[in-house]
Amino acid sequence: MLTKEQIAQRIAKELRDGFYVNLGIGIPTLVSNYIPKGVNVVLQSENGLLGMGPFPYENEVDADLINAGKQTITTLPGTAFFDSAMSFGMIRSQRVDLTVLGAMEVAQNGDIASWKIPGKLVKGMGGAMDLVASAKNIIVAMMQTNPKGASKLLSECTLPLTGKGCIQRVVTELGFYEIKDGAFHLIEIAPGVTVDEVKSKTVGKLTISDSLKEMVL
Amino acid sequence: MINKVVSGAEEAIKDIQDNATIMLGGFGLCGIPENCIAALVNKGVKGLTCISNNAGVDDFGLGLLLKKHQIKKMIASYVGENAEFERQLLQGELEVELIPQGTLATRCMMTGYGIPAFYTPAGVGTEVAEGKETRVFDGKEYLMETAFNSDFAIVKAWKGDTSGNLIFRGTARNFNPMMAMAGKITIAEVEELVPAGELHPNEIHTPGIYVNRIFKGEVFEKRIEQRTVRK
Repeated sequence: MLTKEQIAQRIAKELRDGFYVNLGIGIPTLVSNYIPKGVNVVLQSENGLLGMGPFPYENEVDADLINAGKQTITTLPGTAFFDSAMSFGMIRSQRVDLTVLGAMEVAQNGDIASWKIPGKLVKGMGGAMDLVASAKNIIVAMMQTNPKGASKLLSECTLPLTGKGCIQRVVTELGFYEIKDGAFHLIEIAPGVTVDEVKSKTVGKLTISDSLKEMVL
Repeated sequence: MINKVVSGAEEAIKDIQDNATIMLGGFGLCGIPENCIAALVNKGVKGLTCISNNAGVDDFGLGLLLKKHQIKKMIASYVGENAEFERQLLQGELEVELIPQGTLATRCMMTGYGIPAFYTPAGVGTEVAEGKETRVFDGKEYLMETAFNSDFAIVKAWKGDTSGNLIFRGTARNFNPMMAMAGKITIAEVEELVPAGELHPNEIHTPGIYVNRIFKGEVFEKRIEQRTVRK
């Protein structure tokens, strides 16, 4: 079973040289810690920055320099600032090569829910609806079950949707799934995890790849 | 040159009355017009409709107006950092319209560009699409979204001049340039106010034609929401 860091580490292997990448809040943010050597990527932060650097040292903290998770950050050589309209312009016009985001639920038809639990929790969609509606290459990074132990890989979402039919890939602590033909297609299984365990934590339709591999980090 | 300078936040917001619709720049607490927010709290105007990406935190930013029940309706994209907000919402004391962030930004921009509506894919097939016109372009479905109609826009800039030209700094730019273009009356508070001619024309982000009133803010606390450092 993977830790949150290892989920991020596995997703980082999908980064390619020259990618512009948008990382959501939570596990997705951790992906930036595992960018493979020799792979140059530019991180886009939707509050208006391309070329996000690491967290600052104490003496570099600047209140005017934050990421979309409101954390203080730094710039890098080549960083550019822009306004929020242009930021989503580059997202909608598909200049961003890879989007990694979290979710509350994903369905076997590629639907995603991530912004609201009616009557309980209202956070808002932030930029997630814009991202999932436009991005071609999306990976959802999340735990396979919610804090109550219920599967988040469903036949259909029960919560209000963030986007319809837009998710193609999901990585959880148990495995790497492609969503195709109306099913979660398990292509890699995490070390120490059995297919039965994956089955027991997947409510939606699950298919197992003929060439199922153990995940390599 | 036309002089847009007013004495301070109090004068800048003097004609904001109960039930006004106000846009406020900022992302989280970054780049928010904190001097005008303080003046609105002091003035005690009520029934406000606020258009802003976020709703502040419990004791800063728009959270200060929420705490005193001065906001009737909030139009935002993400409100997750504010417990009082969530309480008022779940109790039915506050109306809320949540909008995808890119749609929010573009609706502001379109107001300033004089374009009444546009099509975006964000929100297709979700609650956001309810009651909205849709149209298919090149086989993909889009929602029609409209420009905003806002009595006032209040923005925060780094530098400004007496003619109302503005320059923003870092990620404190965010929604400020679009909102500056979108108010029937736009108010800018700046950290540095200089005579017209001192800002380089090549470097101006928002031309003064969009700005009606400008002043140098008295205090900028610039509070950090998630101070994150490495060792």
